Amino acid sequence: MKELLIISGKGGTGKTTIVGAFARLAKDSFPDEVIVLADCDVDAADLHLILNPKIKTTNEFFGLKKAVIDENKCDNCGECIKVCRFNAINVHEEQTKIDPISCEGCTVCFHICPKQAISMEDVIAGHWFVSDTAYGPLVHARLGVAEENSGLLVTEVRREARQIAETLDSRLIINDGPPGIGCPVISSISGVDLALIVTEPTIAGIHDMERLYALAKGFDVKTVVCINKYDLDDKTSDNIEGFCKANNIDVVGKIPFDKKVVESLVKGGLMIPPGCADHDAEGPAANAVRQLWTKTLNHLL
Amino acid sequence: MIISIASGKGGTGKTTIAVNLALTLAETESVCVMDCDVEEPNVHLFLKPRFEGSSKVTIPIPIVDEEKCNGCGKCGEVCAFNAILPLGSHHVLTFPELCHGCGGCTLLCPTGAIQEEPLEIGMIEWGHAGSISHIHGKLNIGSPLAPPVVNAVKNHTKGSSPNVISIIDAPPGTSCPVVASVSGTDFCVLVTEPTPFGLHDLSLAVDMVGELGIEFGVVINRAGLGNGGLFDYCKAENIPILAEIPFDRKYAKCYARGGRFIEEFPEIKKIFQDLWHAICVRAK
Repeated sequence: MKELLIISGKGGTGKTTIVGAFARLAKDSFPDEVIVLADCDVDAADLHLILNPKIKTTNEFFGLKKAVIDENKCDNCGECIKVCRFNAINVHEEQTKIDPISCEGCTVCFHICPKQAISMEDVIAGHWFVSDTAYGPLVHARLGVAEENSGLLVTEVRREARQIAETLDSRLIINDGPPGIGCPVISSISGVDLALIVTEPTIAGIHDMERLYALAKGFDVKTVVCINKYDLDDKTSDNIEGFCKANNIDVVGKIPFDKKVVESLVKGGLMIPPGCADHDAEGPAANAVRQLWTKTLNHLL
Repeated sequence: MIISIASGKGGTGKTTIAVNLALTLAETESVCVMDCDVEEPNVHLFLKPRFEGSSKVTIPIPIVDEEKCNGCGKCGEVCAFNAILPLGSHHVLTFPELCHGCGGCTLLCPTGAIQEEPLEIGMIEWGHAGSISHIHGKLNIGSPLAPPVVNAVKNHTKGSSPNVISIIDAPPGTSCPVVASVSGTDFCVLVTEPTPFGLHDLSLAVDMVGELGIEFGVVINRAGLGNGGLFDYCKAENIPILAEIPFDRKYAKCYARGGRFIEEFPEIKKIFQDLWHAICVRAK
């Protein structure tokens, strides 16, 4: 079983659109097998918007416990305020209060309180779902508003996706990754078999790709690159190809800008509609994604 | 006044709005742009500032003196992040990449065997681009913990004159690095695009700023692409649309090369002047 991660560094380069198309193309490539899909962008998950999932199970995600003050026991001695390094404890109207948004759940105040007025309580920090889609099971999640521990939730999503894949003897998991290079990205990238970086021909696209590539290298993850909307600026596209060549990274796809991609998205669907036999009618971007899929598979299987 | 620029969805144009708003205002005001997208900071690519100084961002991590350790296991019991693991008598493993620097193990070790030392997780750099002062944070590659770097960027400008207009470019999403960037600001501009992804992620961002109790409005980028669902949502929820920036390949090309919209396209400058007016009317 192999895990493919679609990732970008910079947001909005087209990760989710490509994952949606890959889900559809995987069904064509492996008609008798189950391919598992996982949305690791738990912070702003979008894959479900184009895969029309039917939710089978909804599961609570508990992040770290958070500190809660029993105001009847608290004598406002201020010891907790002194030890909290996250500025989560303040006095409001002569009562010591803990701000649940700032609390990181470190438990130091709980241990230090001389009156045992602080307890650590479970907080539902989000939900994760197992759903059915026309292209295979989808594991996705929704982190609670202004919550922390997105990395832990990503780990949970990947664990569940792997378990489903093992149970169904599936050969491939396709993961939609989050933007950035921090905690949820690290949880998404560690241990995958291939990372496909989707970039765009802008100076921000290159800059962010370089940082992400360095991260992937640090985790010893094999990386390939795809340039989305490559014809928006040919010169910058050339620079991306130059960087890839210098670092021995295979550029597995160049997708042209094509308004049809947005049009199909607006219709709530995939950029490659199901059952379409006429490849020319699909438009240039869809054709490029078909080639991208084939080349990506060659690297993976 | 501090204005934050956030989005939910990535790639909607936060940096474009932050940079061009700053350039528009800099003609008459003192402006500071803070790039709090410390995982992938991009503002400097467009402002092209000269950096004048930098400092490291560190968190305190535990160092165990195993001679003093009596093997009681308290540190492992206290640590909520599994960053310290006592292995029986006098031997303790630490995992700095998991540590949040809370200080619990150091404070609660009964034999005083734990000291702290700084672990570098990123840096901040500051300088000027013309009259605009700029500061950004950069998370070290491989370090997971963005919020302390975001806070370092914001702390650096604390105490500056209240006449300065500070513009914060936030990271995408709605979780802790975004909350660290947006909290405490006077107004939040949520940048989105008129697609189903843009609409869905905007609704998450609206929930977030609501939770933080911050006044906000929406800028619609790439207007003309996509559909009307976003406009219907804003109308139904009574959310002000502060500005619309039309989609045009020439703008995309300008952005691609790090160009500045308001200098190349006079029609865009008017949009940013009107945007500022719309913010001022609504900001507390």
